[in-house]
Amino acid sequence: MVDFTLSDPDRDILSGVAEEAKASEKYARHYDAHEDEILPKAFVEAAAFPSLLERMRRRPSDDTPSVIMQMLIRIEREAHNGVPLRQAPSALGNAALGAAGTPAQQKRWGHLMLAMSITEPGAGSDTKAIQTTAVLDGDEWVLNGDKIFVTNGVRCHGTIVWATVSKAAGRGGIKSFLVLKGTPGFELVRKEKKLGIRSSDTAAYAFRDCRIPRDHLIGGDERVPQSADEGSASYKGVLKTFNITRPTVAAGGIGKALGAFRYARDRLAKEGIAVDWDKGPHDRTSTEQTLLELEADIEAATLTVLRAAWLAARGEPNNLEASVAKAKGGELCRSGPQRAMELLGAMSLSHDHPVEQFLRDGRITDIYEGTGQIQRLVIARAILGYSSAELS
Amino acid sequence: MISFDVTDEQSQIRDMLLTFAKEELTPRARQADETCAAPAELLDEAWSLGLASLAIPEAYGGGGAPRSTLTGALMLEAMGSGCAGLGGAAAASSLFVNPLIDLGSEEQKKRELPKFCGNARRAATLALHEDSFAFDPSRIVTRAEPRADGWRITGVKRLVPLGEEAGDMLVLARASDAPGIDGIKAFIVPPRAPGVAITRESGTIGLTPMRFARVELAGVSLPPDAILGEGDGADIRPLLASLRIGGAALAVGLVRAVTDFAIPYARERVAFGEPIAKKQSIAFMLADMHIECDVMRWLVWKAAAAFDRGADVSKMAVLAQNYVNRRAIRIADDGLQIFGGHGYIRDLPLEMWLRNARMLTIHGALAAA
Ligand SMILES: Cc1cc2nc3c(=O)[nH]c(=O)nc-3n(C[C@H](O)[C@H](O)[C@H](O)COP(=O)(O)OP(=O)(O)OC[C@H]3O[C@@H](n4cnc5c(N)ncnc54)[C@H](O)[C@@H]3O)c2cc1C
Repeated sequence: MVDFTLSDPDRDILSGVAEEAKASEKYARHYDAHEDEILPKAFVEAAAFPSLLERMRRRPSDDTPSVIMQMLIRIEREAHNGVPLRQAPSALGNAALGAAGTPAQQKRWGHLMLAMSITEPGAGSDTKAIQTTAVLDGDEWVLNGDKIFVTNGVRCHGTIVWATVSKAAGRGGIKSFLVLKGTPGFELVRKEKKLGIRSSDTAAYAFRDCRIPRDHLIGGDERVPQSADEGSASYKGVLKTFNITRPTVAAGGIGKALGAFRYARDRLAKEGIAVDWDKGPHDRTSTEQTLLELEADIEAATLTVLRAAWLAARGEPNNLEASVAKAKGGELCRSGPQRAMELLGAMSLSHDHPVEQFLRDGRITDIYEGTGQIQRLVIARAILGYSSAELS
Repeated sequence: MISFDVTDEQSQIRDMLLTFAKEELTPRARQADETCAAPAELLDEAWSLGLASLAIPEAYGGGGAPRSTLTGALMLEAMGSGCAGLGGAAAASSLFVNPLIDLGSEEQKKRELPKFCGNARRAATLALHEDSFAFDPSRIVTRAEPRADGWRITGVKRLVPLGEEAGDMLVLARASDAPGIDGIKAFIVPPRAPGVAITRESGTIGLTPMRFARVELAGVSLPPDAILGEGDGADIRPLLASLRIGGAALAVGLVRAVTDFAIPYARERVAFGEPIAKKQSIAFMLADMHIECDVMRWLVWKAAAAFDRGADVSKMAVLAQNYVNRRAIRIADDGLQIFGGHGYIRDLPLEMWLRNARMLTIHGALAAA
C-alpha cells in the first residue's frame, strides 16, 4: 500500500537524530570561521547519543526500508546548522572499494578511511578525460598526476585514485588504485578554502613517480578493454555506487533547504506571518505564497530521494531515479535557502542567524557527485536511449 | 511505513484504465475537442467499467471497494494520459459521488448513491466557480439562506462541468456568516428544480468535451437536508482537498502524455544536421519534463495517502496542487515548443494539451479523486 508515514519507533529515531544535531549547533560557526581546523574524531557531547548503528539496530525488518531511513536521517541532520559530533569512519573511497574491490582488498583496507580522487585541475565532469597515468613497472604501478577537491583528503588514511593505464583506450583505460598516506611521491599539496562546508576538509594531491604495489589495483583486473565504450569493471563499479550516493547527496541539499525553510517559517510566525491553508492564492501575501511554494518544493525533492532509495531497497534499477533525485536536490539546495533569505529580509544576511550558512553549505549539492547539468545528461540519455557518445 | 507500492487491485484498475485511455480516449481526443462533445457510446463504455460505483458501499448497490483517493488519483492520472477532456467527462459523476460517500449523512447516501449503481450512465457535477475575477472558494457569494422549511439558494455559478447533462449537482454556497471556508457548505441541488437555469458557457480554452455551463440559482427552494452532511452541514475542506487532488491527478496524466509524445519526435526531427534531441537545450528540457512528471505524481500520491488517512488533508492537497499547477503548465508549454511550428498547428495534439493544461491548472473543480 502506498504510504508516506513513519512508525513510532522510526519517528523516535528521527527525533533522536534531531536532538543530536541540535547539540552540535554550537560548533557550526566555529568551524565555519576556522577552516584550517579538522573536526575531532568525536566531541564530548557525542557520548550522550547512540551511534547511528545503534539507533538503527533496534529496527524491525518489516518497517520502512533502512536505506530510506538513512536518507531521512541525512535530511534531518543537515536541516540543523551543526557539525557531525562523531566523524564517520569511512568515506567515498570505501564505497568504491566495497563496489569494485576484491574480497581480499576489502578485508585488507576496509577498516581505513579512504577518500576518492577522481577530479583533476583539467577534468571534472568529464571523468574520462583524466590525465593521471599509471604505468606498470615490474611489480609496481607508477602514478603521475594531480588531483583536486578530494573530500576528506586531509584526514583520510589513504585514497582511491583514478588513473589511466592507456589513454588510447579512453574510459576502458581508466582504473582505480589504492594509495596510502605516507607513500613516497604522494603529496598533500593544500587544503582548499571554500564557500561553505568548511568543517569538511577538501584536499589537493600531487602524485610524482608514486610507486604502489601491483596488488593495489582495485578489483585486480589489469586487462585493457579494446573498445572505448566498454568501461573497465572498476570504473563501472564506482559509477554504480552513485546510485545510492546521489540520493544521499541530494538528501544533504534538501536538509539545508529544509533547515532554512524551518528557520524562516518559525521566525516569520513570530512576526504573525504564516500560511493559512484555507486561503486561496488571491488572499495570500507574496511572502505567504513563497513559504507555501518552498514547502511544496521541499516535499517534492524529498519524494524523489525516497523513491530512488525505495527502488534501491527492492533491488530494482534506480540509475535514472538516482539522477532525478540529485537533480531535484541540486535545484533545491540553491533555490531553497535563497528564498528563505528573501523571506526573512536583511537580518538573514547576518552571522547571527544560520540561514546564510545554510545557503553556503547547501550550495555544493548541485556540484559534486555530478553537477545538475550532468544529471540532466544522464536522464536525457536514459529517456532518449542515447549513449554518452550520442549525447554529451 | 514508507512505500510506493500500489495494491494489486489498484494496479489492475490503473492498467485497465491505461489501456482504455490509449485505445479509446487518445484516438477520439481531437474530434471531441473540435466538436466540444464526448461521444455517448464512449461515455457508456467508460460507465460499463464500473468505476463510478466502485467505492459506493454494497448496501447501496455499489462495488463496496474501500473508498480511496489514491485509487481515484491513479484512475484520473490514467485517463488524463489519454485525454483529460474525455477523461474528465467520463469521471464527472465522481464530483457528486465521492463527496457524498465522504461527507454525506446516512440518509443522503441512501437516497443519492443507488442512482449511480445501475447500468444506465448518470452524469453529475459540482458547481464551485462564480462570475468574479480572483475567485477562490472562501470568496463564494452564492448564498444559501436558512428558511423555516429548508434552504433558499441564490447566486450564479460558472464553468460547471457537464452542467446541461448532469442529473445531480452539488453547489457550494455560503450558508452562514462564519468567516472564510467555515461558512461555505455543499448543497444537493437537483438541476431540474424550479429556479435553476442552466445554459452553456460561451466556450472555454480547453477541456471542451466537459461542456461547461452557467448555472443560475434564482431563489431555489431546497429541503432542510439538502445541506451535505449531518445537521449544520459537513466541513467542506476534505471536499476541496479531493478536488485539488483530482485535478492534479488529471494534470499528471496529461503531462506524462506530452512528455512521452515529445521524446520520439525530438529523436526524429532533424535540424542543422542532427536530431534536435542531441541539442542540450532540447535534451535538458525533456529531462526536466521527465523529472517533473515523476515528482508531481509522488506529490499527488502523498496528498492522496494523507487524505485516505485523514491527516494533514488540506495542507498536503494544497502543496500538491500548487506544485502541479506550477510545473504542469510549464511542461505542456515546453512540449509545444519542442515541436516548433508544428506544435502550433491543430493537426498535432500539442496545442490542445496546452489549452487543456491551462484549464487543469486554474479550474478548481474538474474531478474529485
Ligand atoms: C567541495 C567539493 C568536494 C568534492 N569532492 C570530491 C571528491 O571527493 N572526489 C572527487 O573526485 N571530486 C570531488 N569534487 C569534484 C566535483 O565532483 C567536481 O567539481 C564536479 O564534478 C564538476 O567538475 P568541475 O569542477 O571540473 O567542473 P566542469 O566539469 O569544468 O564543469 C563546469 C560547468 O560546465 C558544466 N558542464 C560540464 N560538462 C557539461 C556537459 N557535458 N554538458 C553541459 N554542461 C556541462 C558543468 O555542469 C558546470 O556547470 C568535489 C568538489 C567540491 C567543490
